[in-house]
Amino acid sequence: MQPASRQPVGSRARGLSTSSFEIVGREDFSDLTYTLEVRHPLMARAARPGQFVIVMSHPEGERIPLTLADFDADAGTITLVIQAVGKSTRELQRDAQVGTTLYGIAGPLGVPSSIHPLRTVVCVGGGLGVAPVFPQARAFHENGTRVIAVLGFRSADLVFWEEKFRDVCDDLILCTDDGSAGIQGRVTDGLTLALDSYDDVDEVVAIGPPVMMGACAEVTRPRGVRTSVSLNPIMVDGTGMCGGCRVRLKDGIRFACVDGPDFDAHQVDFEDLMNRLGSYRGDETQAVQAWEQSCHRAETAASEVLVTTLPTDDGRA
Amino acid sequence: MPAKRTIRTIPQERTPVREQDPAERARNFTEVSLGYNETEAIREAQRCLDCADPVCIAGCPVSIDIPGFIRKVNEGDYRGAYDTIAASNLLPAVCGRVCPQENQCEGVCTVADTLEPVAIGRLERFIGDLAITQNWARPPHITPTDHRVAIVGSGPAGMACAADLAKAGCDVTVFEALHLPGGVLRYGIPDFRLPNAVIDAEIANLQQLGVTFITNTVVGRLFTIEDMVTELGFDAVFIGTGAGYPTMLGIPGDSLNGVLSANELLTRANLMHARDFPTYDTPIPLGRHVAVVGAGNTAMDAMRMCLRLGAENVHCIYRRSRDEAPARVEEVHHAEQEGVQFHWLTNPVAILDDGRGGVRGMRCVQMELGEADDSGRRRPAPVPGSEFEFACDQVVFAIGTNANPIIGQTSRLSLNRRGYLEVDQDLATSIAGVYAGGDIVTGAATVIEAMGAGRRAAAAITRYLAIRDPGRRYREGGEPVFGMPAAERNFAPLRLATVPADPLPGDEATGTTERTSAP
Ligand SMILES: Cc1cc2nc3c(=O)[nH]c(=O)nc-3n(C[C@H](O)[C@H](O)[C@H](O)COP(=O)(O)OP(=O)(O)OC[C@H]3O[C@@H](n4cnc5c(N)ncnc54)[C@H](O)[C@@H]3O)c2cc1C
Ligand SMILES: Cc1cc2nc3c(=O)[nH]c(=O)nc-3n(C[C@H](O)[C@H](O)[C@H](O)COP(=O)(O)OP(=O)(O)OC[C@H]3O[C@@H](n4cnc5c(N)ncnc54)[C@H](O)[C@@H]3O)c2cc1C
Ligand code: SF4
Ligand code: FES
Repeated sequence: MQPASRQPVGSRARGLSTSSFEIVGREDFSDLTYTLEVRHPLMARAARPGQFVIVMSHPEGERIPLTLADFDADAGTITLVIQAVGKSTRELQRDAQVGTTLYGIAGPLGVPSSIHPLRTVVCVGGGLGVAPVFPQARAFHENGTRVIAVLGFRSADLVFWEEKFRDVCDDLILCTDDGSAGIQGRVTDGLTLALDSYDDVDEVVAIGPPVMMGACAEVTRPRGVRTSVSLNPIMVDGTGMCGGCRVRLKDGIRFACVDGPDFDAHQVDFEDLMNRLGSYRGDETQAVQAWEQSCHRAETAASEVLVTTLPTDDGRA
Repeated sequence: MPAKRTIRTIPQERTPVREQDPAERARNFTEVSLGYNETEAIREAQRCLDCADPVCIAGCPVSIDIPGFIRKVNEGDYRGAYDTIAASNLLPAVCGRVCPQENQCEGVCTVADTLEPVAIGRLERFIGDLAITQNWARPPHITPTDHRVAIVGSGPAGMACAADLAKAGCDVTVFEALHLPGGVLRYGIPDFRLPNAVIDAEIANLQQLGVTFITNTVVGRLFTIEDMVTELGFDAVFIGTGAGYPTMLGIPGDSLNGVLSANELLTRANLMHARDFPTYDTPIPLGRHVAVVGAGNTAMDAMRMCLRLGAENVHCIYRRSRDEAPARVEEVHHAEQEGVQFHWLTNPVAILDDGRGGVRGMRCVQMELGEADDSGRRRPAPVPGSEFEFACDQVVFAIGTNANPIIGQTSRLSLNRRGYLEVDQDLATSIAGVYAGGDIVTGAATVIEAMGAGRRAAAAITRYLAIRDPGRRYREGGEPVFGMPAAERNFAPLRLATVPADPLPGDEATGTTERTSAP
């Protein structure tokens, strides 16, 4: 089902792009979080932990960056875990059903994480960051490193991939804000616990909202433990062409899409990152409002005339 | 044949081109210049002296037979004029619009010694546009050689290389990182200067030649250049990935919100259609008082785009003087007409914070020109004590770009100190069968130079293939590519360049793609 606004705005060029990226699996973890499994054999082979893709769900859409949360070269698929936070991610939540295709997906992008064999590594994932930290945890596990996962969720009902992590981790510390699962506290509490329990931690990998990554950096800084974070600035092309994704490090500016997205947490200016992430807030609100109105129109229209070819999803707004 | 024209007998005035009214066009996105009609074109063609020593040809980076095509225009033989241009330039509708003619053919034109030069660019555009509407660029008869060649990047360099190789019978696939092909022509140069329809037409021409475009493919990351000449089975590769990596000034405040590169502004507005937000999803930051730093074509495009997006005033900040501004003269002129305010000999030293993470202004310093530097331009130096503050709420940097790092990061190709690809006189890189040209070799240059490089590389690739593997046959059905059977690959199956993508009217009857009215 296409929202009404999308149809006529055409250029002849639309037919030129390769747009057969089929969604072959989907799972909804909660009202907000869902995973998509997309068929892309070449990418499944090329993907490495720490890399991401740029997705365009339709020709009038935004190019949105999403971390490669998993990839399976044998099955020829890649997995994205997405949180519906704004127009593009909510629209994708509604439209991206098994059997449909994405208009564009480019990747794998960014420099792969460096995964050397270490004694012990702590992989911290908070909210949005739980899925993206998985490939790194698995890669460390596969090269013989002891892996401690620290995963943070708001409450027990939002927990996902716990088993998947247990398979590749030697220890798992679950943290929830309300204590409904694991320890009650934030991932920084879990991280402190991990660092106190294991005295041979060579590296911490922290992925999640900028505030959380900044807080983790402050936990490890006094202990002198190397810490890597995966930054998520606003992006456009993802190929190093626009500079929109620039982040400030102690020694200068880098473009997260081609120089990152992994950086040394102790070098990153998180305040700058958070300021820049807010730059489109007004537009984002406008986009959501316009979208909600058009959904309304489209839904009314659909109920009147259209026969929808997609399975309906009762959980959606 | 009329009597030989002389400088006295030709129309003295250069034929003006009709343009949209500046006040009106500064608020819309349709093309500024309306181009010549037939009468105007013929009148202007009569200003050419058909010189014995046509210096204009020497001034053209791809040596178009300029007096030759103008003669044909004079005779009303537009098709002939097109064929004359097309022998050297595959994209006349593009180049007629965007070439810096004043530094090239028109700059040296004999007529310019006494009068305004012949408007060669406008004549070229006249013919180029006619060719698009008449579909003159129909594919010639192609004898397939069964060589498979890949092009990386779909800018003018890649397009030109693809066209020549397809005509030489190669099976050509163009890989593009973005979701639409065209390179800077698509994402950078705005519609009001180069309409998307022109790019679409040129891409469609390439498809008629059998060229396959595969977008959403970041070469180096999805597969490497080395993979292409080994596992992926391409016999040769041309790299035309451009020099898109924007430079930020590195002054205090340059990561504030409201500070962005011209590339980001233009990409959002052109490629992502942010100007049609929220019909399209990509937003664009709208400043009311915009300062654009730089005075090249990119800067002019950014300023004129900001006006069209609704900025109240737009300022150009440039550290040298007007004479040194690298933009096409016509663009500076257009920007001025549309109301851009120019501040020559001015350099920003800091961007000022509004206390909420945005921009409240810029601190600038006056400059003066000193001794000439390596580029022959006089070096600007700050005037002591001349700092002043300047109110604005958006700052756009258009101060140049560097080599895109992805190919360099992911292959063993030799790079020079500045990260550009190293090539020999044949445009061959350090890997056998891999060639490169355009901005990724020269640094940011021009459309016509990129195109010329693409064609030179195509010639070199043709020689390389003929020597290496004369008359090789196509592997029908094929062995697995990149370890995968063809059906498993997530891009359209590659195919031979024998039939046009869309059968042309008239061809169905004969079943051939033979050029019907070749001169
Ligand atoms: C390298 C990278 C990897 C990412 N991986 C994932 C992932 O695996 N799963 C996932 O759900 N999201 C991921 N993101 C974030 C995701 O791209 C954004 O959530 C998305 O672009 C928002 O689009 P929208 O239109 O739905 O929301 P918008 O309406 O654009 O924004 C809604 C809210 O999200 C915030 N936001 C916007 N862009 C970003 C961003 N780039 N990062 C963080 N917050 C943002 C806005 O400030 C706003 O508060 C990643 C971002 C980057 C740069
Ligand atoms: C705003 C602007 C205005 C300009 N105006 C003029 C003008 O008026 N006149 C003029 O003569 N010149 C002008 N130029 C310069 C001119 O556009 C360039 O010199 C020319 O486009 C270079 O062509 P190219 O083919 O080398 O590269 P590009 O046009 O840059 O194309 C490169 C393509 O390769 C793609 N790519 C990059 N990396 C990869 C990868 N790893 N895998 C796959 N694809 C990749 C890019 O996405 C892009 O599409 C302007 C430039 C800009 C930015
Ligand atoms: S130099 Fe000028 S007048 Fe002479 S042939 Fe060229 S375009 Fe014509
Ligand atoms: S997203 Fe444009 S340069 Fe990184």
